[in-house]
Amino acid sequence: MRADGETPSALLGGSRKTMKSRIRNNLVGYSFLFPALAIILGMIAIPLVMSIYLCFTDARIGKPGHFVGLENFKFLFQNDVFWTTLYNSILFTVVSVALKLVIGLGVALLLYQPMFSNRWFRAIILLPWVIPSAFSILGWLWILDPLYGSLNWILTHLGFSKVPWLSSPFWARFSVILVNTWRGVPFFAIGLLGGLVGIPKDVYEAAEIDGAGAFKKFWSITLPLLKPPLLVITLFSVVMTISDFSIVYILTRGGPMNSTQVFATLAYQYGLSGGQLGLGAAVSLFMFPFLLFSAIILLRIISKEVY
Amino acid sequence: MRKRKKRVLTVINIILMIIVLIFILYPFYSMALSSLKTTKELYNIHVNPLWVFKPTLENYVYLFTQTNYLRWYLNSAIVALTTTPISILVSILAAYALARLEFFGSKTLGIGIFIVYLIPQTLLFIPLARVINSMGVSNTLWSLILTYPTFQIPFSTWLLMGYFRGLPKEIEDAARVDGASRLKTLWTIVVPMSLPAIVTVTLFCFTLSWGELIYALTFISDSLKQTLSVGTTTELIRGDMFFWGPLMAGGLLAAIPVVLAFSFLVDYYISGLAAGSIK
Repeated sequence: MRADGETPSALLGGSRKTMKSRIRNNLVGYSFLFPALAIILGMIAIPLVMSIYLCFTDARIGKPGHFVGLENFKFLFQNDVFWTTLYNSILFTVVSVALKLVIGLGVALLLYQPMFSNRWFRAIILLPWVIPSAFSILGWLWILDPLYGSLNWILTHLGFSKVPWLSSPFWARFSVILVNTWRGVPFFAIGLLGGLVGIPKDVYEAAEIDGAGAFKKFWSITLPLLKPPLLVITLFSVVMTISDFSIVYILTRGGPMNSTQVFATLAYQYGLSGGQLGLGAAVSLFMFPFLLFSAIILLRIISKEVY
Repeated sequence: MRKRKKRVLTVINIILMIIVLIFILYPFYSMALSSLKTTKELYNIHVNPLWVFKPTLENYVYLFTQTNYLRWYLNSAIVALTTTPISILVSILAAYALARLEFFGSKTLGIGIFIVYLIPQTLLFIPLARVINSMGVSNTLWSLILTYPTFQIPFSTWLLMGYFRGLPKEIEDAARVDGASRLKTLWTIVVPMSLPAIVTVTLFCFTLSWGELIYALTFISDSLKQTLSVGTTTELIRGDMFFWGPLMAGGLLAAIPVVLAFSFLVDYYISGLAAGSIK
């Protein structure tokens, strides 16, 4: 009667499974999974192992390289550029994720107002997140141009002096954080809006009867109930921000004088522009602890809800 | 008194929304405007940069006649339109198996997919450069067609898996009692019920591959084989030379397919996003 798989639960109450159906389930399951597994193993798992191996070699493009032990790491630790990169990666991630969170929450609360319930508000606010950053950041690059950019034009007409947005280390870092925030706010805003919509209205009504003001309601109802989505979105954002390449690459290419390098751009500079694959792989591997940390916490939250 | 307070709040909300919208749209506005400016107007520091006084299409003409822009567009389209359907098909199968079939290791594999989804391209591009090289496909579009599914599939599988789990099991069971195979049930019942999620995932996959930068930058050097993201950022920015007009026009035109797809599918997108990835 049935060609394959699990006995329908409607038929047997879902509890009794024969050996045969179990084997069938395994067969069907793995044959459905096979294409995905093959691609993941071949193009993600094996390269990941390769990159760990590459860290300990002096491999160059087109040359296999020799085992050099910890030389690559020794080179990195004795190199100021690496420490700047580590500092920047953490700085950009912490500051811009914090800004995205605060602004994103504000925008979510704004969108929650009935007068902005039109879907086009949401659509427009999602744009920085939807449009690939390789294209949208070109717009920022032009706005931030020290001589012809419109931001400096506005500043000078308001009576301020021009700002070297991308050419002084401080302002270049500022700009990277600004653009990071711009791109990430929609993700927080729309994600948190979903959380806000999910909070039952009667909780607020009950609090109003008890005489709670707007601030009190936000602090003791909205925020605690928003915690799970907030945490998930924040961790996702940490992963995306710390591993980002395009913002720094397009805005500053890591400059001026390596002052805005992050893991991804330094790995690219050493590994591809400089041809030292081993060294590049070593740099990019420093992202791993941050990703692992986020992944573990995310899994804990998500597995509580899914399984 | 109360009415007045409400009106003040409304005004504050509107002002805040205007500030948010300006912040969000400023770069796009600036790009659109600058793409229509003559070189003379672009580089005149005494002219208001927030308006265009003598609109021209010369930057677009330059883009089409003096650069390989159309070729890059075609290349991006080839890569996005081949990888997206393949990834979606592979992901639907994998997600269904992980969501519905209980088999040896299915739970572990479900978690594994999520972990793989979190691995960024920037961690993989160096070893992948070797893999691509050893396969003999570097500097061809094949290098991208082979690698883009690696970020499309984990993401799509994860999102679809969440969605499939939320579907009522009863209809599927009824079909199975009637003798339909797993594959048939998936195709005739689960897929039609999951259209919002599938549309969202398709849009995501298309967008991700359309704007992908680091793989394309790493694997391809020949200008005629570049995609939009690499072509615009490397050929229109050369060292300290910026071809601002064509650069803005190029970035804007490149964003158009994504914006179009998105504007038609906003509702799908937002509901799919809410239902699947962030739960």
